[in-house]
Amino acid sequence: MQDGQLPEATAFTDITAAHAERLAALRPRLLSFARLHLRDNALAEDAVQEALMAAIEKEASFAGRSGYETWVFGILKYKILDLMRLQKKQGRFKPLEEEGEDDAIDRQFQASGRWREEARPSSWGDPDRAFETEHFWRVFDACMLALPDGAARVFSLRELMGLSTADICKEVGIRENNCWVILHRARLRLRACLEQGWLSEETP
Amino acid sequence: MMMCKAATRLMSLKQDRRLTFREKVSLRLHLSMCGACRECDRQFTLLHEAGKRYIAAQDHTEDSR
Repeated sequence: MQDGQLPEATAFTDITAAHAERLAALRPRLLSFARLHLRDNALAEDAVQEALMAAIEKEASFAGRSGYETWVFGILKYKILDLMRLQKKQGRFKPLEEEGEDDAIDRQFQASGRWREEARPSSWGDPDRAFETEHFWRVFDACMLALPDGAARVFSLRELMGLSTADICKEVGIRENNCWVILHRARLRLRACLEQGWLSEETP
Repeated sequence: MMMCKAATRLMSLKQDRRLTFREKVSLRLHLSMCGACRECDRQFTLLHEAGKRYIAAQDHTEDSR
């Protein structure tokens, strides 16, 4: 704070050095997060690149209220939403192309509406324990990527970004009813996929 | 009587908006009788939690180093 000194600038470079390492370590996770949303490697790279630049530029505005990683993810979210809007405006994204009629649902139920024997949900054990294993997150990523594009977008906006279905309607350009139908299908697909991948390697 | 397929629709909806009284009652009734649907309900809730943890897990990983 003395004259002639540039305390802010000094602090800035110090923090940047410390955080640069964390940013580098975080990059793969940012990238898979962006990929889940955008489903396009090049575009995901762009989003992460922009988010990293912004994180470095805005370093000083990081108030430490949340964790640093969470803060960087927050920046990435905005970049992803921007890119999605651009995709939509350019007509490169069609939310309702999708799957043959209800097939995610049909695969799991009998005509009567009961579960098919082989699709009956079984216990996944303690969720907190699941969240702590890397295996769970690998399966989660793989299952997300296996979703159809539209379903993945709606699901990730809802569950990863935490947008309301009303907001998703605006972002994606669909009616809320459609949104609920898409989410229902996406959840049924995901639960079947996770159950297969998660439990198969878990059981000895 | 609501079947499992229709019940999963309500389980999913429950994650996105408040169910009406009627929906809530019929879901609860179904769940009380169907173990597979109770698991499915837990799984949908877990998916919802997983989404929230996806980012939180990052800071957690960092702290535990």
